[in-house]
Amino acid sequence: MIKNKINYSHRKYVIGSIFILVAVILITKLFIIQIVKDSYKQSSDNNTLRYITQYPSRGKIYDRNGKLLVYNEAVYDLMIIPSQARNIDTAAFCKLLNISNEVYNNNLKKAKKYSNITPSIFISQITKEEYGRIAEVLYHYPGFYFQTRSIRQYPMPIAAHTLGSIGEVTKPEMERDSYYNLGDYIGKSGIEKYYETELRGKKGIKITVVDVHNREKERFMNGEYDTLPVPGKDIILGLDAELQAYGEYLMAGKTGSIVAIEPTTGQILAMVSSPTYDPNELVGRTRGMRYNELLNDPDKPLINRAISGTYPPGSTFKMINGLISLQSGVITVNTAYPCSGPNSVPIKCTHYHNSPVRLYDAIENSCNPYFWQAFQDMMNSKRFGSQHEGFKFWYDNVTSFGLGRSFNSDIPFTVSGNIPKMEYYDKVYRGVWNAMTVRSLSIGQGEILVTPLQLANVAAAIGNEGYFYEPHYIKNFGAPNDSVSFEKHVINIKQKHFQDVKKGMQNVFEGEHGTARMSKIPDITVGGKTGTAENPHGPDHSIFMGFAPVGNPQIAIAVVVENAGFGSTWAAPIASLMIEKYIKGEVMRPNIEKRVLTLNQTEE
Amino acid sequence: MRSKNIVGRIDIWLLIIYLALATIGLLSIYAAAYNEEHPHIYDLSQNYGKQLLFIGVSLVFGFAILLIDAKFFNAFAYVIYGLSIISLLLVLVVGSKISGSTSWIQLGPISFQPSELAKFGTALALAHYLGKLDTDITQLKTKLTTFGLVLLPMLLVLAQGDAGSASVFIVFLLVIYREGLGGKLLIIGLSAATLFIVSLCVSKWYIMISLVIIFALLLLIINRTKKNILILIGILIAACAFVFSVDFAFNHVLKQHQRTRINIILGKEHDIKGVGYNLNQSMIAIGSGGFSGKGYLNGTMTKYNFVPEQHTDFIFCTVGEELGFVGSFFLIVLYLALVLRIIHLAERQRSAFSRIYGYGIACIFFFHFAINIGMTIGLVPVIGIPLPFLSYGGSSLLMFSMMLFVFLKQDANRMNIL
Repeated sequence: MIKNKINYSHRKYVIGSIFILVAVILITKLFIIQIVKDSYKQSSDNNTLRYITQYPSRGKIYDRNGKLLVYNEAVYDLMIIPSQARNIDTAAFCKLLNISNEVYNNNLKKAKKYSNITPSIFISQITKEEYGRIAEVLYHYPGFYFQTRSIRQYPMPIAAHTLGSIGEVTKPEMERDSYYNLGDYIGKSGIEKYYETELRGKKGIKITVVDVHNREKERFMNGEYDTLPVPGKDIILGLDAELQAYGEYLMAGKTGSIVAIEPTTGQILAMVSSPTYDPNELVGRTRGMRYNELLNDPDKPLINRAISGTYPPGSTFKMINGLISLQSGVITVNTAYPCSGPNSVPIKCTHYHNSPVRLYDAIENSCNPYFWQAFQDMMNSKRFGSQHEGFKFWYDNVTSFGLGRSFNSDIPFTVSGNIPKMEYYDKVYRGVWNAMTVRSLSIGQGEILVTPLQLANVAAAIGNEGYFYEPHYIKNFGAPNDSVSFEKHVINIKQKHFQDVKKGMQNVFEGEHGTARMSKIPDITVGGKTGTAENPHGPDHSIFMGFAPVGNPQIAIAVVVENAGFGSTWAAPIASLMIEKYIKGEVMRPNIEKRVLTLNQTEE
Repeated sequence: MRSKNIVGRIDIWLLIIYLALATIGLLSIYAAAYNEEHPHIYDLSQNYGKQLLFIGVSLVFGFAILLIDAKFFNAFAYVIYGLSIISLLLVLVVGSKISGSTSWIQLGPISFQPSELAKFGTALALAHYLGKLDTDITQLKTKLTTFGLVLLPMLLVLAQGDAGSASVFIVFLLVIYREGLGGKLLIIGLSAATLFIVSLCVSKWYIMISLVIIFALLLLIINRTKKNILILIGILIAACAFVFSVDFAFNHVLKQHQRTRINIILGKEHDIKGVGYNLNQSMIAIGSGGFSGKGYLNGTMTKYNFVPEQHTDFIFCTVGEELGFVGSFFLIVLYLALVLRIIHLAERQRSAFSRIYGYGIACIFFFHFAINIGMTIGLVPVIGIPLPFLSYGGSSLLMFSMMLFVFLKQDANRMNIL
């Protein structure tokens, strides 16, 4: 076969020798470490290593004035490594822990199911007192040890919805992010959820050598492989704790919400959703039980109505319609429309005032016929060519106020509400519809739905005379270098029109017929609008939106009290009290405050 | 005498060794991952259950290979080699990252490592090329082509960041040596490889001093003719230049993360789950096994999961701890028997292709077991390559099995070649 080739087959001996030589080297080394040296054997006896997770302290949360809202308190978790937990005197152990045999078996099974060799929590959140008693004798029970953890505490029982809560990670959460182990805490809602990665910091690990008696002896390799935990970032909110507490006080016993925004920044000053609960209730070992109680409460206290409750805005929506009509050029501030009071068609007026009526007076008196006619003229205007085009103009401008969409900021789960689209009407009315068909839109009824947060944002945009920042909770992080920014939106309507509408809104408080004249605040100019929203769920909602001071707004606010009747009776005074509290720091109108507190819807 | 049945003609000893190794692997994985909640070895939710499945799949593939025409692998050697090169290129684009290197391709539920295929492909291509009648290794062009065949996949694997698998290709030097490469070249190649690794681990000045001392000693031993002295000095200078250039390339050409990765591979840097820790734990586990071991399923280190990656690259720890020196000795002898048996059979082949291929896989198996066991006992830097037939993992088990079964087929068919 092989021609002209040298036969190298003798080289198999060289290669074979290399193989054998290497095998001999391996065997020699094995002989040395397995038989000659016995230091490895001792190492293995003393080498039960324990990896103790060093939990970082979770970032604290402060209000805009540096008031502490959320901090941490130490508790102890009893950990178990199932494979090491052998020869346990179950009866004595259960007595020590004050648990039943059944609980013991269940927890052990759960831990084993997670992993036989990595630690998991056997009993969580043991108090300091219990810890002292158990730790003393724990060495009798191999495989068990304590790990320090911290739980959230709230010095003031406020802003439960905003702050949110933390709870044990679920399986899907663990699968999504490998950072978490069984029993770890994770932000479940509100600020705690949105800023989870910033707040949680980074876990560290401490490795200790444990002897056969379950006693930690020393740091493994002098701590060379340990890592230090990195504490989470602190967060400073735009929230004003005093204002928030006052809002919750005013809303106690009522169903509804208050949202206050700093117009120049978009920061949330207060967000009240009533009924609410004390955030301290959702902490510690009783969290699960209490959570279920709240979940099944017919008043639904877990729902944050400020961001997920949707309401017809009613008359508060007239500002936007007025602005759009002005911008379209169909009307000016001096355009006057007739009003026949209760006899007006197709929409009657519920207020008594002179006729014809101009914009300022129409706002002051909340005149339905005025806004219907302005809306109709805009829709029918020749400049748009068709009513469809007119509607498109209306729709584009309405949505530029942040309506009909959810917000893109650190406020989770904001609901989009509803601003009906042209396609919707085309479908419902088979393409044949006009201003008359959709007339309810002119007075903020019909298909329009907004959340209190959106309404407060509209107030901020009007107060700012044409722009708003995406509303958000955070002011900044505790660490100075981390700045935050949110999108600024500019509304395509002339500033002059905003100024005119603001004047009308000021008349709501200061005018002779102003619907909120009873809620006037001495020394503070307020612009606002009341609303009494018809809704299919019962009596009208009492609604208000506004801002103050008119010239340079520091606060924009929306108030909704469900099924309470007129906007001027409940929502307006509540808003005025909030404005007074925020700007003056105290409330000088005890009578109004007292009257507002008399409404208690839960006692009905 | 010749059995007509292909099964009757295969080398029974090789098959027995193969099955023994696969069984030891399965039992070791069972011990490493032993979990009271899942005591059944065929529990598919556990690694040992999966490994049992992988063994079954490997056997099916193996017997399928026995049924394929023996000439197939010679004829399609370049095709398989080409496919492996394409998959190596592909993995650079679409590969998923597993422990730091992008060396896996995900195909639905199956993930596979193209570098495993590349070893097989290279062994085939080398056997095909060197086995051709007109190939003359003494010619420069042949030498360059041969080295090119090996270097191409090696560099591609290196580009994935998988230095461990790339280093396996060095072992083909032995195959080329068997086929006529000058002994000097083998020595130079091996020395260069050693020097390369050493210069990454040790400061270049220490190496330089050691080299000077070694050469000085050589000078005392050899016949000090003028020519010999000059050659020696020339080699010394070349060696020093080589060390310098490796040092330069490492510190100036590579990026920081690549340096860190190499440092970790070499055991110079460690993190919490780093190689320094692994090695220490692994040596304690093996060392604590003593003469006869702690008994099957009784290893404490093993059980408490002190050795990370134990079911894959550190599977030998289980054997060392639970079966002691006796078990470890037996296992190494079994591996030695495997590779020696393969070269023995390779030498009796009539076709050069079969012989060279046999040497190829013997060297691959040898390199894997020597480096893998060597790293668990601290003889060589920790390089993440599996222990053939023992380590957990479908991709590597299947490829190792196919390599072996292709050779079994060639051997069974040897009498049909004129």
